[in-house]
Amino acid sequence: MTAVLEIRNLHVSIDGKPILKGVNLTIRQGEIHALMGRNGSGKSTLAYALMGHPAYTVDEGQIIFDGQDVLEMEPDQRSRAGLFLAFQYPVAVPGVTLANFLRAAINARRKEANPEDKGISIQDFRRLLLGKMQMLKIDPSFAGRYLNDGFSGGEKKRAEILQLATLEPKIAILDETDSGLDIDALRVVAEGVNKLIGPNLGVLVITHYEQFLNYIKPQFVHVMYDGRIVEEGGFELAEKIQQEGYDWVAEKYAAA
Amino acid sequence: MTLRTRNKLIAPKLTREMVEQLSAAKNEPSWLLNARLTAWELYDTLNMPSLQSEAWRRTDYTTIRWEQAGRVVYGTSAGIEAIPAENLAPLIGDAQGGLIAAVDGKIVHSELSDALKAQGVIFCDFETAVCQHEELLRKHLMTTAVHPNEDKFAAMHAAFWTHGVFLYVPRGTVIELPLHSVFYNTTSGLSLGHVLVVLEEGAQVTYLHEYLSAEAPEHMAYIGMTELILGERANLRFVSLQDWARNANDIRHERARVAAGAQLDWIIGTMGGRFVKQFAEIELDGEGAFGRMSGLFFADGHQFFDHDTQQNHNAPHTTSDLLFKGALKDQARTVWQGMIKVLPHAQKTDGFQANRNLVLSPEARADSIPGLEIEANDVRCTHAATVGKLEDEPIFYLMSRGMTRQDAERLIVAGFFDPIMQRIPFEEVRARLTAHIEEKLERVAQPV
Repeated sequence: MTAVLEIRNLHVSIDGKPILKGVNLTIRQGEIHALMGRNGSGKSTLAYALMGHPAYTVDEGQIIFDGQDVLEMEPDQRSRAGLFLAFQYPVAVPGVTLANFLRAAINARRKEANPEDKGISIQDFRRLLLGKMQMLKIDPSFAGRYLNDGFSGGEKKRAEILQLATLEPKIAILDETDSGLDIDALRVVAEGVNKLIGPNLGVLVITHYEQFLNYIKPQFVHVMYDGRIVEEGGFELAEKIQQEGYDWVAEKYAAA
Repeated sequence: MTLRTRNKLIAPKLTREMVEQLSAAKNEPSWLLNARLTAWELYDTLNMPSLQSEAWRRTDYTTIRWEQAGRVVYGTSAGIEAIPAENLAPLIGDAQGGLIAAVDGKIVHSELSDALKAQGVIFCDFETAVCQHEELLRKHLMTTAVHPNEDKFAAMHAAFWTHGVFLYVPRGTVIELPLHSVFYNTTSGLSLGHVLVVLEEGAQVTYLHEYLSAEAPEHMAYIGMTELILGERANLRFVSLQDWARNANDIRHERARVAAGAQLDWIIGTMGGRFVKQFAEIELDGEGAFGRMSGLFFADGHQFFDHDTQQNHNAPHTTSDLLFKGALKDQARTVWQGMIKVLPHAQKTDGFQANRNLVLSPEARADSIPGLEIEANDVRCTHAATVGKLEDEPIFYLMSRGMTRQDAERLIVAGFFDPIMQRIPFEEVRARLTAHIEEKLERVAQPV
């Protein structure tokens, strides 16, 4: 059965300041969506709110995933249910290797499925991780490094994609995975994402540049302005923004 | 000093007759009795340390109930069977070259492999050493590393020591199998243990010592000494793991003397006890001497740990490297204070010290006080001290990958300790410490 993430009239505030003012968005497994908009329009707030960051307060609305009320779930439950957020600013966890971290994440999923599970064997894990690293053209030595600790911008983003590949979620939100990358790093990351895209993965790509979208080719494009999704269309909408920028969006909706 | 302060700093009532009784019970020769009596005079004369002094101003030993902990215990009916089997089994590797165990102040087991005996290695209790290796013991016991006049606790120890382990490795002897000793206590009262290690020139050994006790309703006090004496180019790897029950108070003077070209790798694990004050010092006496100290502690409940370290560079071209990492939860308190001293002629020395603390609850408190006293001008000395807490962002990040909050915290704590684990070259010691950390994280605080 195809999993569906449904966001209905979502209002979110930070420290009492409203950021999202009624977002409606539906993403199905297998679909690729792009969420575009200027800085400060609320894109990242949507991403964090979807994952349940404690600093973001949902004031109104619903998030339903696979028939479950996401707002009732802790971040770890959301993850185990099949949601994934690739962070714009991945957090360093000194002393914890990427491999140990991924193993703990996999074991958390296995334990959910079977409370008696003793965890993935070292051999199975090694095989799994090496396979994913090979697919994403990541050097195996990467697995032994402390998670995001001293990683370059490109390395952090590749590590996020490696996590996406390993954890195999149903819906992934890529929050400005393209930001801070030079053109070569951008291509590497985009190729990685493309390899993961398929009928079992729904993707919401958040970006304010179109470059990344040229690689990923979303079927649905949404434009956010002042906490709402104001324009929707196909890939041609991304092309329009590529040519004309966001000024026309601001002019059209500033009054609203 | 007001009368009130003096009354507060009350010392356990220990008499000259008690010294004579203990020495008689041990059948000691007159030189040893006289040494004890000299120390007793010192004990009787010295004041208890002032709580305003640098060593004690954060560390209030007056919480020790001497009416429970002040009675010298020299043996009970408990024997080696009181000690958990896992603490007698080899921890480092599959086999050990020797094992000595003491219970309640008395040696209950002592063995050393024939091969090591044939090499001239001595690994025995003090009573045996007094009979069979009198000259060697007399030469080194509290003469070179730790002296009875350090403070009142040292004098107490010198007058009343109950049990001791003597390890002597002759010149050029390299011991492959590690040696192991355990001090165990089952009762309240006063226990005064001693570890004396002498490595002659070029000798090499790995030695693991454990402190443990069974939970008892009243206070126990361990007033101990550790002396590590390394001859030229000797190599000692000393692992000291402490896991006392929560009724134990532990005041310990520990000092290593490291001669030219010798290498000391000293690992300290502090997990148990209610009150711990551990002086641990490295004297780098000869050119090219190297001393490394790696400390790992985790305090929970109402535990109080104070590690008071010194790295003394007394010769040119000496290197010291100290890292202490500790976690705290509940209402626990810890102190680390460290000093690097470099004498004027000790040029080209390299000293490093760092203490990092992770405070897991708002009621816990860690004090971290680094210090440098450098009298030479061509040296490299660095230090670092941090006290941090569990941050929200890494927890959210890990939870967003499916880990429960508890698992996320556990992973972050494990990550915090990883740099100190990397310095411990024994997998089994790392596993033991990791198990302690896990157990502490899950432990629910008990009322005092």
